[in-house]
Amino acid sequence: MSSQARAAVALLFPALLMISVFYLLPVAGAVVLSVTDFDIYSIGDASNTRFVGAANYGALLESPLFWKALTNTLYFSLVAVPLTVLIALGAALLLNAKLARFKALFRTIYFAPVVTTIVAVAVVFRYVYHARVGLLNQLLDLIGIAPIDWLGDARWAMPALILLAVWRNFGYAAVIFLAGLQNVPDSLYEAARIDGAGPLRQFWHVTLPELTPTFVFVGVITGIGFLQIFAEPYVMTPDGGPLNATLTIVMLMYREGFRWWNMGYAAAVAFVLFALVMLATALQAFMRRAR
Amino acid sequence: MAAVKKPETRNQKPEIRDSRSVWIAPLLVSGFWFLVSSCASRDTVTIIEFWGLGREGEVVAELLPQFHKEHPEIRVDVQQIPWTAAHEKLLTAHVGNSLPDVAQVGNTWIPEFSTLHAVEPLDARLSAAMPRDDYFPGIWETNVVGGQLYGIPWYVDTRVLFYRTDMIATPPRTWTEWMAIMDRLKKQSKDPHFYPLLMPTNEWPQPVLLASQLGAELVTEDARAKFSDKRFVDAFSFYLDIYRRGYAPVIGSSQVANLYQQFGAGEFAMFMSGPWDVGNLRDRLSKEQQGKWSTAPLPAPDGTPYPGVSLSGGSSLVLFRSSKKQAASWKLIEFLSRPEIQIRFYELSGDLPARRSAWRTPDLVDDPQIAAFRTQLDRTIALPRLPEWENIATSIFEHAQLASRGQFDAAEAGRRLDAKVNGMLAKRRWVLSRLRVASSELREPLRLATHSPVHDDARATRNAQLATAGAAQ
Repeated sequence: MSSQARAAVALLFPALLMISVFYLLPVAGAVVLSVTDFDIYSIGDASNTRFVGAANYGALLESPLFWKALTNTLYFSLVAVPLTVLIALGAALLLNAKLARFKALFRTIYFAPVVTTIVAVAVVFRYVYHARVGLLNQLLDLIGIAPIDWLGDARWAMPALILLAVWRNFGYAAVIFLAGLQNVPDSLYEAARIDGAGPLRQFWHVTLPELTPTFVFVGVITGIGFLQIFAEPYVMTPDGGPLNATLTIVMLMYREGFRWWNMGYAAAVAFVLFALVMLATALQAFMRRAR
Repeated sequence: MAAVKKPETRNQKPEIRDSRSVWIAPLLVSGFWFLVSSCASRDTVTIIEFWGLGREGEVVAELLPQFHKEHPEIRVDVQQIPWTAAHEKLLTAHVGNSLPDVAQVGNTWIPEFSTLHAVEPLDARLSAAMPRDDYFPGIWETNVVGGQLYGIPWYVDTRVLFYRTDMIATPPRTWTEWMAIMDRLKKQSKDPHFYPLLMPTNEWPQPVLLASQLGAELVTEDARAKFSDKRFVDAFSFYLDIYRRGYAPVIGSSQVANLYQQFGAGEFAMFMSGPWDVGNLRDRLSKEQQGKWSTAPLPAPDGTPYPGVSLSGGSSLVLFRSSKKQAASWKLIEFLSRPEIQIRFYELSGDLPARRSAWRTPDLVDDPQIAAFRTQLDRTIALPRLPEWENIATSIFEHAQLASRGQFDAAEAGRRLDAKVNGMLAKRRWVLSRLRVASSELREPLRLATHSPVHDDARATRNAQLATAGAAQ
């Protein structure tokens, strides 16, 4: 080994050790857990644990609750990801506009929800969504829309959560878009202007193509985050909402694991989610290469 | 010390360093003194850790000065845990070996903690100061798993009927009377938003207590679901009938904007709830509304004794096996169980005392809105004591939600529940069968029985008495 390689190993070793102990080892543990029926009886007496092979996965695929959670999660992600990306892009464009004033103030306002603790957000949004005295329903009342029971109605609970999650998370994406926008060289816009392109054509032919890598990054990060959505539904509807309308995969995992102590089953849920996230990321990477 | 050092050569920087060390020295000294003194006090005083839940965890602190005066050798360190996080926190603390010495737990959690071998059996510690028959039988039984006692009831709750006295002159005593009252109220009212009864579809206690009133067992001793049983199906049809006839709105509790305001305004005439709502109604209803409500024991199915049985709720005090200070902790449990302390606890928290002798206080006896609870507490039953119970209860209300919206009938709900619950209990049946094999080899009693033999013992004694009485004749 050359001295350089030795130095590299020495420098990497602490980080690799940490990753192995605190990340790889638990993951390996979870794999083992997912093929056993480890539950409350096993905690009482370890000999009450059986190797069950793929039975947890089989039971999962047969469980209507799992499919409900999966549909909810996909519904949530498929609506919330594009919405977050679009709103974040819009916010970034506004912040980047030459006419915009009080840029620092607005940047703070957009970013504040990202760093606000979810519990405080939940308290406020419970009021906003309240069926009778809620701010949202009062606003809707002004334009003549009948009050909606946001968190109590199985049809509206998910849209209410999507609204909350988008509001809470778009600020982060907006900051990344802003950085992307500021990296677009002015010379490209100058050239476009000389060729007679208006603001719309400049946006379409200069800004968007230049932002492609940012789009991919924001899409992947938001997508991964939203597939694992937990905090928002957990604080707003801890029991999974009306008719389990807001039960997501991670909530199902939490419920099975920490409420019912079916650890083996919960570990299996975790790996299904892992596969899902991998699939989504691979799909995005593939689309990027195809382009 | 470092602080006194060449004062004449000071320039800007050393001055800062010096002034810092001036502060550090006393800090170090006081820190050392603190360590020494706390070591010294640890020799003479036993510090026990107590986890109290929610409001009770707050209120118990006010009882402790007296305990500390009586037992100067013990200090109680109270940690208040919010109810919503308590169950998970206790379980993770067990796994992480960081349980306190003594804690308050919901009495339905006891089967779980005994399965985990986390709690200490208490039978041997019981003394004359805590006679068994001073406790309500149904409540006591929730603390008994596999014939062993794991908790001492601290305060109790059960569900009764809250009703509007201006709409209902005499509360119903039978299911038939109950239905007749709902029918009359619904027909009398012109308001389409009025319902005689509020019974949220996402609550399991109501269908479960109706089924228990008909004597449904729900889960057998060998861990098999019994929801297709006629008694459960009959009770469930009665439950669904209330919705079908429009006597109760088909809504979940989150859709009830404000239970108290709506009850006060007369938007519904009855609901079934526990003692906590007595305090809530007293706090929230206006003066004119205060005289217009009361509570009554639950109606019973026709042909069964009044009142119909209700659920045995409340909290118990448990000792943890991992504790090294069980003797001192038990003294705290004995103290909190004393009738006069139970009365003070009621005055502070509004939680109903677990001991009959504490119920002699005029505060409770002369309160017409509390009296119903006293009657009802003699008629409560313990639910199946299984660690899976909470999961089963969740399933029951999920099926109630769907059935109340007309997705299937009571018989189908029973079949579906049987399939679901039997699946949940598969592991338990396996564990039971292992224990059965082990106990037949070792000739030891089962450790995991669902129903405590207490009840069966009583029945056996009664049968024996009957037999001897018959022989004498």
